[in-house]
Amino acid sequence: MTRQQILDLYFMDARSKLIDLAAFLDRVDRAEGEADFRLAAFRAALQELHGGEPQRAKAVLLSLSDPTTEPIAAAPGKGAIGAWHQTH
Amino acid sequence: MRYIEPHGHMVSRTTDDYEAMLTAGCAAVCEPAFWAGYDRSGVQGFYDYFCQLTDYEPKRAAKFGLPHFTWLCINPKESEDTALAADVLGIVPEFLERPNVLGIGEIGLNKNTRNEMKVLEQHIDLAMRHGQMILVHTPHLEDKLKGTRLIVDLLKADARVQPGRVIIDHVEEHTIQHVLDAGFWAGITLYPESKTTPPRAIDMFEVYGGQSVWLNSACDWGRSDPLAVPKTALEMRRRGHSDATIDALIYGNPIRFLSQNPRFHLR
Repeated sequence: MTRQQILDLYFMDARSKLIDLAAFLDRVDRAEGEADFRLAAFRAALQELHGGEPQRAKAVLLSLSDPTTEPIAAAPGKGAIGAWHQTH
Repeated sequence: MRYIEPHGHMVSRTTDDYEAMLTAGCAAVCEPAFWAGYDRSGVQGFYDYFCQLTDYEPKRAAKFGLPHFTWLCINPKESEDTALAADVLGIVPEFLERPNVLGIGEIGLNKNTRNEMKVLEQHIDLAMRHGQMILVHTPHLEDKLKGTRLIVDLLKADARVQPGRVIIDHVEEHTIQHVLDAGFWAGITLYPESKTTPPRAIDMFEVYGGQSVWLNSACDWGRSDPLAVPKTALEMRRRGHSDATIDALIYGNPIRFLSQNPRFHLR
């Protein structure tokens, strides 16, 4: 597909998601209390959107991933949170 | 349109879903054993579940004219309890000769723990001793990258494992290349929130190639869509892919992989 065709097909959808992201960050800013590590991880992942190569989705996923390589001693629970934090 | 649903947890879906899948062109459904949403209290719970997967559920699917196949294991979410895992691994062999069993799955990792690794290794050994194919679950979200690497390393460390008889499921943009480079098949799971959306799945197909890739909905009791595969096919059409290309991905590829087990056949 050409860039024009991609824009025709996906621009409105991406625009909507972009505004949702902006509204999410606004909502977090308006709320009271302390944020946790997820907000910092989210903001760090956002920086990956500025990359010049068409590997941004991969870069965002890597940014949110556990970079360690050794199995852990025991499961802290069953679920995943969506962003890695060294203390859990 | 015709397609195979190679990964659907049908025990948690309704008969309406079966009808909708058939209407959309589904030709067969494959159901790996998974977590019930709660921890089973003992091996008897797994025995009953394996009976359901190998007896009741294929009969329920057959009422709609749909061939139903399954994979058996204790899932990684319950693998922290190694004593329970040993008990479950002990009963799996008696089910392996049932006519709709395709192999061992979905095994893998959840939180990437030592116990999960130990049970994964035991599953791989069980599969190899019984000449079974393997379907692997990779962890969720932040745990996926590390878990996928650990799984690939463990599989590659066993010289008996033929990568072409193993599918590593739930790949995303940061893991698909690693899986394919190691010679394994890769499964792309279509979920509304986690895992991948149809546009991203098609991106991966276009960037990394589709020779050893399948698409699945992994529909279960959570937010998921049993029609995610045919909906992705429609999205591929919007992207200009030919009917032949789509058919090869959503019908031909799963048949090519699954037919390595002669039990897999379409009516």
